[in-house]
Amino acid sequence: MTDAVSGRLPDRKEAEVRRMLEIPHPPVPADLAERAIAHGRRLVRRRLLLRRTLWALLLAAVVAVAIWAAMDWPTPAPLNVTPPLESW
Amino acid sequence: MVGARREAQEHRRAREFEAFTAGAAGRLLHAATLLTGDPAEGERLLVAALARTYADWFRMRGEDPYVHTREELATRFAHHAWHYRRPRGGLLDRLAPQERLVLVLRLYEGVAEEQAAAQLGLPAERLRTVYLRAMATMRSRA
Repeated sequence: MTDAVSGRLPDRKEAEVRRMLEIPHPPVPADLAERAIAHGRRLVRRRLLLRRTLWALLLAAVVAVAIWAAMDWPTPAPLNVTPPLESW
Repeated sequence: MVGARREAQEHRRAREFEAFTAGAAGRLLHAATLLTGDPAEGERLLVAALARTYADWFRMRGEDPYVHTREELATRFAHHAWHYRRPRGGLLDRLAPQERLVLVLRLYEGVAEEQAAAQLGLPAERLRTVYLRAMATMRSRA
């Protein structure tokens, strides 16, 4: 019977199903680790490439803003000239 | 300079990863095969999960690689559950993908209820219902 409060099955039933799962393990292919490493290396390379691309984009954006700012910077009004009188 | 250091690091990663796989692959492959029903599919699922563990090897910061791989395995299986919806034979072929996942995590891997629920993004009560249903189906097998 299921214990309605804790929702836990008695150990006997759990043990029964657990025994069913303990069938012999399938043989592990000899090249499993090798395949996982090859696949994993591709992931690492892809991440590295993505990181480099993002840094390059960031750098390009900073350079572009710097150049634009340098070219478009307004020249300050000369200090020894009286500014024109505006209506007030 | 940087290249040589990276190469040495990759070498160390591969060595440590191989040692880990030698010990853990058997149990993980069994879990993956229980999930998919089909040994070849289980192998594919496990290789994909192990590849993530390999890529994350230096980022795990003390986390157990076995737990990391198991989580990746479960997440991948849950994400592609539609792909495994049809029974493909195996011991758990009468269970729905979610029931298989809950049974394997809770019973075979011994993951605590709260942890399993958090990992699958289910309320604990829902997980318990699925677990009990899976259990009942398994025990009613002739």
